[in-house]
Amino acid sequence: MSQADPSLSISNPHPDKTDAIQKAGLALAGLGLLTFFLAWGNVPIPKALGLAVALGGIIIGTTIYSWRLYKNEPEGIKNNGVMFKSLTSRGVIGWTVGVILTAFYVLLYWFPEYLGYKESGANEGFVALFDPLSQFFKGKPASQWFMYGTLYTLAILSLGIKFLLKYRGNSYQIKRTLVVIAAQLFLAYLIPEILAGLNYNDATNAQGEYLGYYDTDIKNTWPLDYDYFYDWHLDAMQEEAYQPVGILYLIIGIAMFLVFTPILTYYLGKRWYCSWVCGCGGLAETAGDPFRHLSSKKLSAWKLERWLIHSVMIFVFVMTAATIYGYFWNTGEVFGLNIYNNFQKPYGFLIGATFSGVIGVGFYPMLGSRVWCRFGCPMAGYMGIIQRFKSKFRITTNGGQCISCGNCSTYCEQGIDVRWYAQRGQNIVRASCVGCGICSAVCPRGVLKLENGPDENRTEAPAIIVGNESIEVAK
Amino acid sequence: MQHVVIIGNGIAGITTARHLRKLSDDRITVISAETDHFFSRTALMYIYMGHMKYEHTKPYEDWFWEKNRIELKRAYVSAVDTAKNELQFQDGSSLNYDKLVIATGSKPNKFGWPGQDSKGVQGLYSYQDLELMEANTKDIKRAVIVGGGLIGIEMAEMLLSRNIPVTFLVRERSFWSNVLPKEESEMINRHALEHHVDLRLSTELDEIVADEQGRVKAVKTKSGETIVCQFVGLTAGVSPNVGFIKNSEIELNRGVLVDEFLRTNIENVYAAGDCAEFREPNGERKPIEQVWYTGRMMGEVLGRTLAGKQTAYKPGNWFNSAKFFDIEYQTYGWVWPEKKDDESDFYWEHESGKICLRLRWKSDSGKLTGVNNFGFRLRHHALDKWFKEERSVEYVLEHLRDANFNPEFYKQHEQEIIHQFNSENGTQLKLKKKSWQRILDFVS
Repeated sequence: MSQADPSLSISNPHPDKTDAIQKAGLALAGLGLLTFFLAWGNVPIPKALGLAVALGGIIIGTTIYSWRLYKNEPEGIKNNGVMFKSLTSRGVIGWTVGVILTAFYVLLYWFPEYLGYKESGANEGFVALFDPLSQFFKGKPASQWFMYGTLYTLAILSLGIKFLLKYRGNSYQIKRTLVVIAAQLFLAYLIPEILAGLNYNDATNAQGEYLGYYDTDIKNTWPLDYDYFYDWHLDAMQEEAYQPVGILYLIIGIAMFLVFTPILTYYLGKRWYCSWVCGCGGLAETAGDPFRHLSSKKLSAWKLERWLIHSVMIFVFVMTAATIYGYFWNTGEVFGLNIYNNFQKPYGFLIGATFSGVIGVGFYPMLGSRVWCRFGCPMAGYMGIIQRFKSKFRITTNGGQCISCGNCSTYCEQGIDVRWYAQRGQNIVRASCVGCGICSAVCPRGVLKLENGPDENRTEAPAIIVGNESIEVAK
Repeated sequence: MQHVVIIGNGIAGITTARHLRKLSDDRITVISAETDHFFSRTALMYIYMGHMKYEHTKPYEDWFWEKNRIELKRAYVSAVDTAKNELQFQDGSSLNYDKLVIATGSKPNKFGWPGQDSKGVQGLYSYQDLELMEANTKDIKRAVIVGGGLIGIEMAEMLLSRNIPVTFLVRERSFWSNVLPKEESEMINRHALEHHVDLRLSTELDEIVADEQGRVKAVKTKSGETIVCQFVGLTAGVSPNVGFIKNSEIELNRGVLVDEFLRTNIENVYAAGDCAEFREPNGERKPIEQVWYTGRMMGEVLGRTLAGKQTAYKPGNWFNSAKFFDIEYQTYGWVWPEKKDDESDFYWEHESGKICLRLRWKSDSGKLTGVNNFGFRLRHHALDKWFKEERSVEYVLEHLRDANFNPEFYKQHEQEIIHQFNSENGTQLKLKKKSWQRILDFVS
C-alpha cells in the first residue's frame, strides 16, 4: 500500500498544514537542539546564555508547535499517519534517531570524556554547557550525570506538554501525565539537586575529605536502583554530616520496597509506580509515546518477556544478597567469589547500563518505549507478580462490545495483546500492564476500563459473551 | 471425520470455525478470496488513516490456524453444486464438503445511478475496496460521499485524515436519521461540520459524471447542483454477497434464507453473518443483520450445531456501537428514531453538545426499553441485566453510577441527569453510590 506524504509531525491530525507559527515553534526547538550540538563541538558560545537558549527553546518551541498542532482540532486522539511516518515506522529517520540515541548512551556510560566531561580540570563541550546550572544548584561543575538528568527532565517536561495536548480530552491521561512530570521535575531532579546544594549527599568536608554519595531520588527504589545496598551507598546514608536526611532516605528506601510497594500495588496495580511516578516510565510515556506501537505483540515476545524479566529479577536478588552479606560480614567474597567482579560489575554493566540505558532508551524507535520496563526491570517484575496474583487492579472488558479492531493491542507499549482478552469478553490481568490507560483511550467502542475492584473472579473468562442467549450456561 | 467447509473468513465464518474446533475433531477448511488470514473488517478505516497496518488488524497470529487445524484456502468460489456436495473455484478446481457454511458477508449497494461504474467510484467493504480507495484517492482535490450512514461518516473521517475535502450527500433530513432520534442525529451533524465536512442534508445523488477516460469528474444532485470531484464513495448500505449461489439449489431472497438453526433449504448447507436472511426474524430484529456482533453470535451458535449440539440462534438484548469522528456511541435495547406510542422518552445533553443520554421506557410499567449514550461509556453487563430484570427507568437512573464505564477521573454527569429527570417528571429520585457488589452481580 502506498504511503501518505511524510510530514514534520510525529502524529499529526493534518499532515501538510504545518503553519508559520508551528514552523517557528519547530525552529525554536531546533535552535535549542543545535545549541547542544554546537556546544558539543566546542563552538565558543557563552555557556549560561547557550544553556538558557537550549532549554528554553526546546520547552517553548515544542509547546508552541504542539499547541498549534492540536488546538484547532476537536478533542480526541488521532494517530493519523503514525504508520506512514519515517520516524515512527522504523524508517530512515527512525533508525537515525535510534543510532544517535544509542551512541549517546554508549558515550554517557563508558566514554563521558567525549561528551566533554573531565574528571580533573575544566569540563568541555556538551557537559560544560551545563556548568552554570550545576554551579547554581550546588556550586560545582557539572558531571555527565548532571547533564543527563537535566536532559532527561527536559525531555519529560517538553514532550509531556505535547502529550497533554494530544490527549487533552482524556482526564486519566492528563492527571497521570501531570503527576509523572511533577515526579521527575521535583522528586528526581530539583529536590536531589537542592539537597546536594545543601551538602546532604554529595559533599566534601572542610578537610577536603569526600563524604560519599547516595541517591536522593526518593522514588528510585531498589531493585530498580540496584546499587542501593552497595557498601558505599549504605555508608553514605549513615554519614554523620548528612543527617537527618541520610537516615530518612535509608528508612524510606527500605520501606518503599517492603511496605509501600506491595500495599499500593495491591490496591492500585503497578501503575501507581510504572506510569505515574517512575522516571523510566515517565520518559516512556512522554518522549516515548510516538513509539509505543513498536512493541512486539507476538506470543513469542511474551514468552521471552517472562524469561527475561524474571531472570533479571533473580540476578538482582542474588547480587544484592551477596552485597548485603559482604557488607555485614565485612568481606569482599561470598562462596569464594569476588562480590564486585562476579556480581556487581556484571549486573551494572549488563543490566544497569546496557539493558536499561543503551537498549532501553536508545532502541525506542526500533523496539518501542518500554523495552526495559517490559523485559528487564526487576521492580516491574516484582510488582508484576503482585499485580497478577494479588491485586485489585484489572482492565475490565465491556461485555460484548469489542469489534477486534486492534487499536488496543497496537498501542499497548508493553506488547500485551489486549484484543485477545477483549474479544472473548475477559478482563485483562497481566503482570506486565503498567496501567498507562492508552488501550482504553484509543478504543473506538468504549470496551476497556482500568479499575480497582474486588479481586475475586477478576480473571475469569465468561462461558459465553454477554448478548447471546443461545447457550444456557450452567450456573 | 466430516469435512466442514466455510466460505468466508470474516467474523461469522471464523467464529464458526473456532467454535467448531473447540467442540470437534472435524476437518475444517475456510475459503476466502479476500485475504489469506482473518482480519477485522471494522478496522479497515484505521489502515487508511495510518493508525494501524494490515497486520495489526489480524486478531490471531498466522500460526494460530495451523495449530488449531483450521485449513485456509485462498480461492474464489464460482459455483456450489449441492447435489454433488462440491464447490467449484474460479481457477477450475473443485473441493468436496460434507457440510457447507456460507459466510460471505456483504457488498456495497449500488442503486443504478448513471455513471456508478466509473473509475474513482466505489464502496468500502473489503480489503480490495481499501486498496482501491488508496489508489483512487491519490492526489485528488475533492471527494463526494453518498449515503448518510456509518460507513459514510467513517469514509469522511478517512479522507479528511489525508486532507482531502469531503462533500457528504445525505438523502435524509439529518445524518442517519432512519436510525437515530433527532437530537442525536443533529449532534453528529454538528460534529461533522466541526470537522469541516461539507455536509449536504436532504440532498440526493442524481448522476455521476465521468470524463473521456471514464473517470469520475463530478456528481450532479437532484436539485441540479454539480459538484466537481475525483472520487465518489458509495455508502448507501450493503447487501448480501450471494451472487455466486444464484444458480444453485440454495434458496435465496435478498440473502441466504435460513431457519433459527442457520440451516438453509439444503440439509447440509448453512449460512451465517451478513449474508444470512432469517425466514422468521428474531423479535424486533431485521431478517438480515449486518452487524459485527451478530455475525459473531451466529458463528458461536453455528459452531455448536455443526459439532452435533444443535443450537438455535437466540440473540439477547440488542446492543450496538459506533464512533463518529470523536464521539463514541453505544446503544442498548431498542431506541427508535421516533418513540412508539406506548413509550416515554427522556433526553439529556451536556452543555458541550457532545455528550448525551436517551432513555426510553414503557409508559405504563415504567420498564426500561432502550438507551442511547453518546460521548460516554456504559457498562454492557449493567444494561443487559437491567433489561432482563425488567428494571424501571427510575431504578436505572438511581443506579446509573454502577453502569458508568468512562475512564477513571472523568467528570461524572449522573447528578445532572437525574436532576433533569426529576424536574421534568416531578420525581424525587436520588442517585445511589456506585456499588461493587452490584457490579459483580451483573456478571454472575
